[in-house]
Amino acid sequence: MIPFELPSLGADMEDGTLLEWLIKPGDTVHRAQVVAIVDTSKAAVEVEIWQDGVVEALLVMPGEKVPVGTVLATLRELSQAPAPEAKATPQGPTAARAEVPGVSGQPAVPTPAAQPAGSDEPAQPAEPAETAQPALPAPAPALPPATTSSATPAARPTASALAQARHPVSPAARKRAHELDVDPERIAGTGPHGSVTVADVETAARCRSTEATRRPVPVPAPASDAATAAGPHPLPPAAALARERQKAMRKAIAAAMTRSKREIPHYYLAEQIPMGVALDWLQQVNAGRPIAERILPAALLLKMVALSLRRTPELNGLYRDGEFIPSEAVHAGVAISLRGGGLVAPALHDVATKPLGRLMSELSDLVRRARAGSLRSSEMTDPTLTVTNLGEQGVASVHGVIYPPQVALVGFGRIAQTAWAQNGWLCALPVVTASLAADHRVSDGHRGALFLAELRDRLQQPQALAESLGGAENPQSPQSPA
Amino acid sequence: MSLDRASLKSAALAQLCAIAPEVDPQEIVSARPLRSQVDLDSMDWLHFLVGLNERLGVEIPESDYARLVTLDNLLDYLQEKLA
Repeated sequence: MIPFELPSLGADMEDGTLLEWLIKPGDTVHRAQVVAIVDTSKAAVEVEIWQDGVVEALLVMPGEKVPVGTVLATLRELSQAPAPEAKATPQGPTAARAEVPGVSGQPAVPTPAAQPAGSDEPAQPAEPAETAQPALPAPAPALPPATTSSATPAARPTASALAQARHPVSPAARKRAHELDVDPERIAGTGPHGSVTVADVETAARCRSTEATRRPVPVPAPASDAATAAGPHPLPPAAALARERQKAMRKAIAAAMTRSKREIPHYYLAEQIPMGVALDWLQQVNAGRPIAERILPAALLLKMVALSLRRTPELNGLYRDGEFIPSEAVHAGVAISLRGGGLVAPALHDVATKPLGRLMSELSDLVRRARAGSLRSSEMTDPTLTVTNLGEQGVASVHGVIYPPQVALVGFGRIAQTAWAQNGWLCALPVVTASLAADHRVSDGHRGALFLAELRDRLQQPQALAESLGGAENPQSPQSPA
Repeated sequence: MSLDRASLKSAALAQLCAIAPEVDPQEIVSARPLRSQVDLDSMDWLHFLVGLNERLGVEIPESDYARLVTLDNLLDYLQEKLA
């Protein structure tokens, strides 16, 4: 038997509330499949599973808040083709965690009581597809056939296809729909790929309160115009919930940052970097690209940071149990401020090796999903350093607080026209102040300085990226946290 | 395709609300700089323009960004491009 535990989705997470299961007993699940939505204080996170198996029992029900490490469900190995890695999984924690609140009293064997009540709205995409036609003429999301049942292993869809099939409704929207008692399957989505967003749900709730629900909108295209057209009907619970959420998020950020300041002996360095060459090059590149594929300076900076880390691997990795473990790959935690306050720093995976165009499209997708409150567990858990770009708000520089267990944070201020002396001349150039906050337990100022010098030099030769520029196609790929 | 200014404005505001759901479109002053009123960073701004591009089919080159400061500027620009 394989226990599926609530993972820690960041250093600041102690518990989580299960919002929804996307699986049921008897389902076959595959590595990297999104199986549940869990609410942390920061976001509704799509939690992935990292083993193949057959779901035996769901031990925690939607709405329950449980500590990190709680066994949420049990799986058994695929009998026809047992995955070797699943066998290697330690069995110990199951017994040790049997006392965890929320699980206590639940036997580890499947029982009918441990299964979701059938009266809940169906979470399986196959059913709504047949029965509940969207009342509004939504742009049809490109859903692959919902062959998620284990009955057809031959036509096994890829994990990412499965994940997409499950997400015509963003997790945050699903949560909000539940709160407002709206059926999210009946709402036209205006989000990416026609997905239903929180705003769509709230609009639908307002429309219902003015008894305009279920009435098809005459013009199909601007479905989100309804958001503007709908009157300002107040939704009092939303404000209260948002306040609660804010409080919880502030508490979580405070806990992580206090830990950082207590445990990590920070040192700080800064360097002014001329950006003229890089911005000119980017402008040329963008002139030849359609608007949806244009590359922002933020993506270029991320790429250059990742490449520069090759010389100073002691800035990229995790510090755990008194020991630094460098990371081969650069998974950059991108600090993203949320509308309404707070921030998250989910991972952009494999920044050093991905072409710039693809990096940009993934960054765009990540920001969009972070602000919609719809992130994946692997993104929350595996950044190997953080990059923050506070210059957008107009500050000259930032001295960051490292996010444990990482050991470095790179910050960028505003790219501003600056008087600059060069070759004996004074000229006006766009210049950015790059800063490094790093962990003295792992590196010293000298090594940190080498990193910033490397970053400065690379940004003077952006054309070195030209051959690996790449298009925006194929932005998604499942990532393992390993 | 030719759209009157009111339809363009409602399209622009709808797109804005899709990116910044907390914004009340009625509070936007069309003669004041848009990005600072709505707190749009460069990624939001790009998403906004991509959305307009999808809705209206208008291609907005990067070199024209500097002209698009206020909502009025944007509507002038869109009308000119769609005329």
